Amino acid sequence: MPETTPSQTVGPYLHIGLPWADGPFAAAEGTPGGLWLRGTLYDGAGAPVTDGLIETWQADPNGRFAHPADPRGAVPYPGFRAFGRCPTDATGQYAIHTLKPGPVPGPAGPQAPHIDVSVFARGMLHRVVTRIYFPEEEAANAADPVLASVPEGQPRQSLIAHSTGDGYQFDIYLQGENETAFFDI
Amino acid sequence: MTTSEQSAASSAATGLHVPGYIRDHEVHPPLDYPGYRSTALRHPKRPLTLLPHMLTEVTNPVLGQDRVGETDHDLTRQHAEEPQGQRIIVHGQVRDSDGTPIPHTLVEIWQANAGGRYRHTGDNWPCPLDPNFTGVGRTLTDAEGRYRFITIRPGAYPWRNHDNAWRPAHIHFSLFGRAFTQRLVSQMYFPGDPLFFQDPMWNSIPDPKARERLVARFDYANTVPEWALAFEWDIVLRGQEQTPFEDTEAEDDE
Ligand SMILES: [Fe+3]
Repeated sequence: MPETTPSQTVGPYLHIGLPWADGPFAAAEGTPGGLWLRGTLYDGAGAPVTDGLIETWQADPNGRFAHPADPRGAVPYPGFRAFGRCPTDATGQYAIHTLKPGPVPGPAGPQAPHIDVSVFARGMLHRVVTRIYFPEEEAANAADPVLASVPEGQPRQSLIAHSTGDGYQFDIYLQGENETAFFDI
Repeated sequence: MTTSEQSAASSAATGLHVPGYIRDHEVHPPLDYPGYRSTALRHPKRPLTLLPHMLTEVTNPVLGQDRVGETDHDLTRQHAEEPQGQRIIVHGQVRDSDGTPIPHTLVEIWQANAGGRYRHTGDNWPCPLDPNFTGVGRTLTDAEGRYRFITIRPGAYPWRNHDNAWRPAHIHFSLFGRAFTQRLVSQMYFPGDPLFFQDPMWNSIPDPKARERLVARFDYANTVPEWALAFEWDIVLRGQEQTPFEDTEAEDDE
């Protein structure tokens, strides 16, 4: 049995290798239901992290995945890649154009609509993973087993995005009193 | 921005189990590692919450040939002339920890030039850029999970982490595998590098045997006469958990 390869940091020069011209477009421009997911990545001193990379992965609006591991069948959704990748800019901000995911079945019933997020940066020897939930999904969020497993109060609240004019805001705090809840993936 | 709750509710009403992936924390560096100073303000201090692997975690983007350009695997052919430095072939296989090859998965690399300088606005140490070298590559693994790049051997470079700090020569690798859980970014090193002892990236990996798994093997058999040295580096991503329930679970939701 081969043993796994250890993680290493993306380092300070990830910008030459990882960004894609169409990276921020998990949903192609003009796809009906398209929205912008925006946020700022902060370090433990409250300073924006200007050399990070955000990746998102999610279900389509019907809660399905165009992937062979989805036992309901891999069904593509027009204009939708479901994966977004965006480096943080000089102000620490990222922006991903996507669609709102539908509820996703879990072992004990439906999970609330959510987006899985990976954060990479210089100074991080391994990615960290969090999840984005939606503010208008109060009932579904209240019944979501993953949200329920996150400590109540600020940590759980840190996973709920805020509505904006054209989508949602989701800031990520790597450390500090506003620290985002991260998952052992 | 309303959810199509009715359509999804029918498929989401019953439980859906999918096999999860092994957790291999002991292999990876800690997020808080004082030897690498930049980790100080960039690691969460609260305990992580265990995320069971469900549909979102066991899937990931199926990326095709459209992500890869004609010369993306050959970093020596991306400009008018060839870059300076020692031409090398870097190849290997991407597998699961259960030994299964991972075919048709995207492998992305980036690296410094032969002198150790990146084509990046933030890299300004006194070493010339090479007009014929960008230092970025992409390829898909083949049906047997194999990848192959042609590039030049990168140089070591200084950084300001500690007194007289130098990074051992390395190539950055980014891998998707076939599940969100398998996403991995790492670095490939070269055998016998004298700089390992003082490198916090290297030393941050707790198990010395695991560090060695980041070192490519000099591959004389695949070295091409009169043309290029070969190095072989296999990459192993987390495999699926083996559970006695696996066989019945997959059918549950039909
Ligand atoms: Fe580097």
